[in-house]
Amino acid sequence: MASITVLTPTGTLGYGFGAEALDGGMRLKPDVIAVDAGSTDPGPHYLGSGEPLVSRFSMKKELSDLIRVGRRARIPLVVGSAGGSGCRRHVDWTVDIVREIAREQGLRFKLGWIYADVNPARVKAAIAQSEVRDFEAGFALTEEIIDETVALVAQMGHEPIAAALDQGADVIIGGRACDDAAIAAFPIARGADPGLSMHMGKILECGAFSAEPFGMDVMVGIVSDDHFLLEPGSSNRRASVTSVAAHTLYEREDPLLQAGPGHSMDLSQCQFEQVSERRVKVSGSRFIKSDEYWVKLEGVRLAGYRSVSIAGIRCPTMIARIDEILRDVQDEATRYFASNQFEIGFHVYGRDGVMGKLEPQRTITSHELGLVIDVVAANQELAHAVAHHVSGNLLHYHFPGQFNTSGNVAFPYSPSEIDVGPNFRFSAYHLMKLQSPLELFPMHFEEL
Amino acid sequence: MTTSKKRLRDYANIIRSKNAGPYRLTFDILFRDEANFRAVCKSEAITRDSIARLYGVPPDQITSLFVIPTGRAIKVTMRRQIGEGDFGDSDIYGCQQHAPLLDLPIPGGEA
Repeated sequence: MASITVLTPTGTLGYGFGAEALDGGMRLKPDVIAVDAGSTDPGPHYLGSGEPLVSRFSMKKELSDLIRVGRRARIPLVVGSAGGSGCRRHVDWTVDIVREIAREQGLRFKLGWIYADVNPARVKAAIAQSEVRDFEAGFALTEEIIDETVALVAQMGHEPIAAALDQGADVIIGGRACDDAAIAAFPIARGADPGLSMHMGKILECGAFSAEPFGMDVMVGIVSDDHFLLEPGSSNRRASVTSVAAHTLYEREDPLLQAGPGHSMDLSQCQFEQVSERRVKVSGSRFIKSDEYWVKLEGVRLAGYRSVSIAGIRCPTMIARIDEILRDVQDEATRYFASNQFEIGFHVYGRDGVMGKLEPQRTITSHELGLVIDVVAANQELAHAVAHHVSGNLLHYHFPGQFNTSGNVAFPYSPSEIDVGPNFRFSAYHLMKLQSPLELFPMHFEEL
Repeated sequence: MTTSKKRLRDYANIIRSKNAGPYRLTFDILFRDEANFRAVCKSEAITRDSIARLYGVPPDQITSLFVIPTGRAIKVTMRRQIGEGDFGDSDIYGCQQHAPLLDLPIPGGEA
């Protein structure tokens, strides 16, 4: 088999890449451009709200560059997990941008898009058949949770994308997809070894994060019969055995055995070899096909509405009593509103704002504290009222030994409360068994 | 010869934390070279118990610990005490939970 070259422009589409790096990568004559555009990493908000992760400006700018170079070289472009969560609204938003680019640049090509939304009834049926199991959420997925869930997607494997490529799509906008599968789909569809392709996809999906110096930038992989090669697009970066091996650990728990839809990957026998200054060779990645096909579900529920207030504290007498003062104002608010329709929390920067309960250093050594008052309530009006009540009480709280009686907290803003809007939380992070890899992922085509 | 207390940061060149999905926090420790990697492995400073103690969580919250000679790496994963984006979460990406590891004492370390 001839080798297949995949260019991945960046770790997350919309986070940027260098023009010099794209030129450098294109000189390696890739057969496909493939990139991931989403993750659960930015949190549950994007799936819940349907708001895209990156701005329309960034998405259009980067897609314009990729579509232009891809069409010039007559190679397909694959985008996985479009828009951030890969839900229908994110796919439609991205497809709309692609249509606009084609119109403006006067380009003609076949556009394909694939949805990854899951009908709640399908999941309920699977629950009834015992074909849903917990992945890492720590709770069982129930019909009640599905009823509360406002958005639900499944991570597609490489098969739906490969099917869209087989139908001749030049640009494919994929809904939620396994990061590695979106990048491995083309080489697998063209007959490359699935183990090497998938492992290469796992490394390429973060762009030049596997290079040194690392960055959101272009990375190229070349898969052959018994190995693959990695090389960054920018001449200012190199792939090293250390940078590539390190990346194999990134953002996953088990570095040696990794399960995906319909398969698992055994990376325990992998070899990394520096074959030239900027190139690393990887071999020994093994693909083990599973008897059953399980996909990962991601769902979110609406937990309420958030208001926050940001405040600074400089007074040493206030800082010395911060724990009891915060406890007091929280208890007072609970009594005042006589309701359990809200949650109040504090992020205390300078104490344990970053690590919370995991913070081993329990004494405050900072001369000032940053405080975020965090309220989530059943509706926005209540959240705002509670946040304002708490910040107001904190401002005018009286305590023994107080020197400054004019106000305990410094607000950087007026208004001092910010309404953040709906607050979503993950409600499903479970596996569901499918009848076929294509079952949940309808595809659509359009000649532009 | 002077002996000084050495810490993990004296051996490793990458010490990081990150989400591994919304319910796991994973720590990667990568070493400068073989000698540093072996010294830390030999010290037995990094165990499920020591990491649990460092972060003040019960040992059963540590879900895995891998020692990876080919990558000169140690990888430890724990359950997130608050799920990503759940109320009270303070680090959506989980990328600032590594700091206590920098100063983890490594017994038997030589200057």
